[in-house]
Amino acid sequence: MSAYNWNWAVIVSEPYVGWLLDGLAVTVMLALSSWAIALVLGTVIGLARTLPSAPLRWLATGYVELFRNIPVLVQMFLWFFVLPELLPREAGHWLKRDLPHPEFFSAMVCLGLYTASRVAEQVRSGITSVPPGLAAAARASGLSLAQTYRYVLVPLGFRIIVPPLTSEFLGIFKNTSIALTIGVMEITASSRQIESYTFQGYEAFAAATALYLLLALLLLFLTRRIEARTRIPGWIARSNT
Amino acid sequence: MIEIRDVSKWYGSFQVLKSCSVSVARGEVVVVCGPSGSGKSTLIKGVNGLEPCDEGEIVVDGLNVGVKADLRVLRTRVGMVFQNFELYPHLNVLDNICLAPMVVLKRKREEAEARARTLLGRVGLTDHALKFPAQLSGGQQQRVAIARSLAMDPVVMLFDEPTSALDPEMIKEVLDVMSDLARDGMTMIVVTHEMGFARRVADRIIFMDAGEIVEVRPPEAFFTAPESERARAFLSKILEH
Repeated sequence: MSAYNWNWAVIVSEPYVGWLLDGLAVTVMLALSSWAIALVLGTVIGLARTLPSAPLRWLATGYVELFRNIPVLVQMFLWFFVLPELLPREAGHWLKRDLPHPEFFSAMVCLGLYTASRVAEQVRSGITSVPPGLAAAARASGLSLAQTYRYVLVPLGFRIIVPPLTSEFLGIFKNTSIALTIGVMEITASSRQIESYTFQGYEAFAAATALYLLLALLLLFLTRRIEARTRIPGWIARSNT
Repeated sequence: MIEIRDVSKWYGSFQVLKSCSVSVARGEVVVVCGPSGSGKSTLIKGVNGLEPCDEGEIVVDGLNVGVKADLRVLRTRVGMVFQNFELYPHLNVLDNICLAPMVVLKRKREEAEARARTLLGRVGLTDHALKFPAQLSGGQQQRVAIARSLAMDPVVMLFDEPTSALDPEMIKEVLDVMSDLARDGMTMIVVTHEMGFARRVADRIIFMDAGEIVEVRPPEAFFTAPESERARAFLSKILEH
């Protein structure tokens, strides 16, 4: 290997620093919008998996198994390349040509629906780990099934799953990098672009690594505060701080 | 007040209740005893529909447990206290007591809280209103659970081994509250191994074995001269130590 010319200035000089910051903004927007989908849909599906109604449970289980057992990369290609061809001609055209940033929205839907299947599993495990006697006590005092969920099972189940949901939330930020394969200019794609313009690949990817790490640490700080705020006095795990 | 007629129940092929019949009058205190696995808890949980019976019927205050519309009303009038307290861990003592009155009976918060504080005074826990369940001793938790049931102004109280999970020094404080309740004329069915309590407080003893109601008799008669061989065997085992 010939001598490599280190040039760290590249990552703080224009236009490259601008590309990195744009990439960061895209990563954050993509992660947050997919997370919104994942949290809402995952909660609905996870709760459905714990209901007494068998058809609802089967439907929810089908969703989970479908979306969590296909690699995200394949799902990304399916949403971006295959879906527009399967839709009626008009809709397909709209997706490919008229919708601004079709790659961003495809990635958002893809990551949102995929992560929803994982969130659903967390929600289900949270609900089922609430001691059954608590639901019995609620039902015995006249609460309906819906009220038992609203006032007892959901508040407790979600507190139990705050730590794994935190990992899921961090995970969605890292999974946004897969969106580069369909042309979303997020952090990793920006670094690759810097590399191909400047041949300073090490610096570019070091910058990407640093950005992901900083992002993760910031998120960890925020989620720790959520964990602290939702902790029940004297219940479940003690804090290790 | 409570009519249990020919009630049978199976878990798979195992019959837990065999054609049980008994009636309880208004203001009466009935203690259910018998060896473990004899169906005591299942019978008492049949009274508020937590364990639906397969055959026969149970009518409480004119409401049929087997009829869905009746069951919801019935549960608001029948309080239940569980072996493991089943207080909602994410709510403080006051909110534990106020939840069902506010959600089910649509009482206003001020009204529900005023009633809750009165009941806390009655069970001797005035100073603990803002604590969380995990910050209380077992005996205190069980007294909160009793107050929580009373907040619904029940016409019947069911106790399912209310002192079995308690340390010996805490049993008395719970039994004292129950004795007061009995003295005030509450209709009660109590599953318990506390034979001293049964002797002092009960109007009648129901002795169960292997899913059958074997004897229903006043406590003095039951303890001094049990009719059946099975009751004699049971009493000799628990009264010896």
